[in-house]
Amino acid sequence: MKQKSEPATHGRPSPARTAGPILRVEDLSLYFRASVGIVRAVERVSFELERGRSLTIVGESGCGKTSLARAILRLLPRNIDTYRGRVFLNGTDVMKLSDERFRQDIRWKQMSLVSQAAMNSLNPVVKVGQQVAEPLLLDHHMSKEKAFTRAREVFQTVGIPSDFLNRYAFELSGGMRQRTILAMALVTSPSLVILDEPTSALDVLTQANIMNTLKGIKQELGLSFVLITHDIATSSELADEVLCMYAGQLVEHSKAERFYREPLHPYARKLMASVPTLRVDKKPEFITGQPPSLLNPPTGCRFAARCDKRFDRCQEEPPLFQHGDETVKCWLYENA
Amino acid sequence: MDNNTLLSVKDLRVWFELKRWGFLSAGFVRAVDGVNFELSKGQAITIVGESGSGKTSLLRTILGLTEPTGGEIVFAGRQIDWRKSSEVTWLRWQIGFVQQDPYGALPPFMNVERILREPLIINKVKPEEQRQRIREALEEVRLIPVDDFLTKFPHMLSGGQQQRLVVARALILRPMLIVADEPVSMLDASVRVEILELMRKIQRDYHLGVIYITHDLSSVRYFSERVFIMYAAKLVEKADVDDIVQNPLHPYAQALLNAIPDPEPENVAKFRDVPPGEPPNLIHPPPGCRFHPRCPHMMEGLCDEQEPPAFEPNPGHLVECWLYDPQGSHERSTTVFQTMADAKLARQEEQSAKDASQYDKP
Repeated sequence: MKQKSEPATHGRPSPARTAGPILRVEDLSLYFRASVGIVRAVERVSFELERGRSLTIVGESGCGKTSLARAILRLLPRNIDTYRGRVFLNGTDVMKLSDERFRQDIRWKQMSLVSQAAMNSLNPVVKVGQQVAEPLLLDHHMSKEKAFTRAREVFQTVGIPSDFLNRYAFELSGGMRQRTILAMALVTSPSLVILDEPTSALDVLTQANIMNTLKGIKQELGLSFVLITHDIATSSELADEVLCMYAGQLVEHSKAERFYREPLHPYARKLMASVPTLRVDKKPEFITGQPPSLLNPPTGCRFAARCDKRFDRCQEEPPLFQHGDETVKCWLYENA
Repeated sequence: MDNNTLLSVKDLRVWFELKRWGFLSAGFVRAVDGVNFELSKGQAITIVGESGSGKTSLLRTILGLTEPTGGEIVFAGRQIDWRKSSEVTWLRWQIGFVQQDPYGALPPFMNVERILREPLIINKVKPEEQRQRIREALEEVRLIPVDDFLTKFPHMLSGGQQQRLVVARALILRPMLIVADEPVSMLDASVRVEILELMRKIQRDYHLGVIYITHDLSSVRYFSERVFIMYAAKLVEKADVDDIVQNPLHPYAQALLNAIPDPEPENVAKFRDVPPGEPPNLIHPPPGCRFHPRCPHMMEGLCDEQEPPAFEPNPGHLVECWLYDPQGSHERSTTVFQTMADAKLARQEEQSAKDASQYDKP
């Protein structure tokens, strides 16, 4: 279903049109302390995202996708061992801000999150309209009337009839609840929205519907999205660029045209080969072995043990090589 | 029914009664409503449907966990009499079950050996034979070397290994039929294919019947012969895998296939054609064809009044849709797929008006 909602720009502060990328991450690392040692969930990840484009982060479960999102949004658990690197949002280094400043100025104002299975965490005893308008009432000190007008607007943007504001979560279907969560992320007009597996709990048709909505929002509002998913086929629905992670590290950052056709990194190639396709007749393959433990990751390339292209050089850790527009962490591209 | 038929399901109905104040009947949830199919020995079939379409109720009935309200199940030539518990138990023994979530299906306090021994103890297999069977099952699912795995607990295994253990447990009583409820949906893409190939191999080696339940149509084609599409408690289309993928007939099947993306960079710019609305409530399903409120080809006075029987426009390809009625005066099937988008556009305005009035109801 194509979204025919009105351009919901009225009442919305025009996004700061500063030059340069909307998000730049430099050497971001996040280690957790566990009883058995230190878990290197995210290790020295760097990337840039241009304004109005969308980036999808793909990888197997446990490769650090969600931790990366949480590190960018600084939504951290208590057992943090190391949290360092730099995150520039709209050109400002948000890692230098105090937690309180970050909470007041950045989180949910400039970037928001749709977290995994969030549709099941709506408050069952508060009307969804109230839940969506809440940040405006509490944080933005808007009048109730204005806040609800804005909430109604956002409901329209995400494709929910506006009289649903007065319903409770249990009166909505799964797809509608997921749209409500999306409305909660959009209500404060952030310039960047991070979507963590936004459709993985939904049925095929609902999933296609939500993806249509997201595409519509991206075109109309010019928002930037970071989509995290392990479902490669769905990820292609919203990808301008793809960032592939393996064992806590970035292994490839490519344009979508490159990644879905002919990725560079051997892991990305195998990952693409393992995706079953409906229309193209090819036999899916699988990757033998398992990803390494993040407690004591191997020195050298982390994929080497499962890679069929490994050679002597792979005992050392490869740096990120530039290959045209793409970035790839593999010795094969040293001289390319 | 010939000798080769393993399972035959005839007009199966599973209704759950809703109670008001604990004793008054408040209607029925028609979870499975008139399902027919046959499965031959060594055949793999897939049932595809959305959540709430009744897949799980159908599966629970085949497993002998839910008593059907009507219809019959004939397994290996024996009609199951649901009043005799010995027959239901016999049915359960003949079927291996592979659960969706291996993490939840394996008891965390038992090691691999104990998990596999449990069904053998219950079925009074001799202790000498037990050890032998456990080793065989583990080798079959390639959890080798076996001795390394016997003493491990589920949390020490990766997701893929856990799912293999679940498959081993399903195989250990040497069933004739394996029923798998979304066996790979909790696993990573890179492991999925491995598990599905393993199940395919076991199916061929042992000449087993397999019923998969899934909502992921894209992997189906490599691992089963026939596909049944389930919508609102009915099997609306039954066909061989290639027929479904290349030439889906039922408008719902067409929409479902249309909604599944392949990993292509062009997807970013495309909006997908998705039928409006949501699956119907199974307490009061719409009269006539259950897909008619969302269908782009709805024929006034036919689809919304009479339930379509199963038509067979091509041999082996059954579809419950009035579009394929050989006596019908309407346009025939071949053009349907191409015109779906157009037909939908024409109906879109009407539909949105309908939707709006539907939303008004509290």
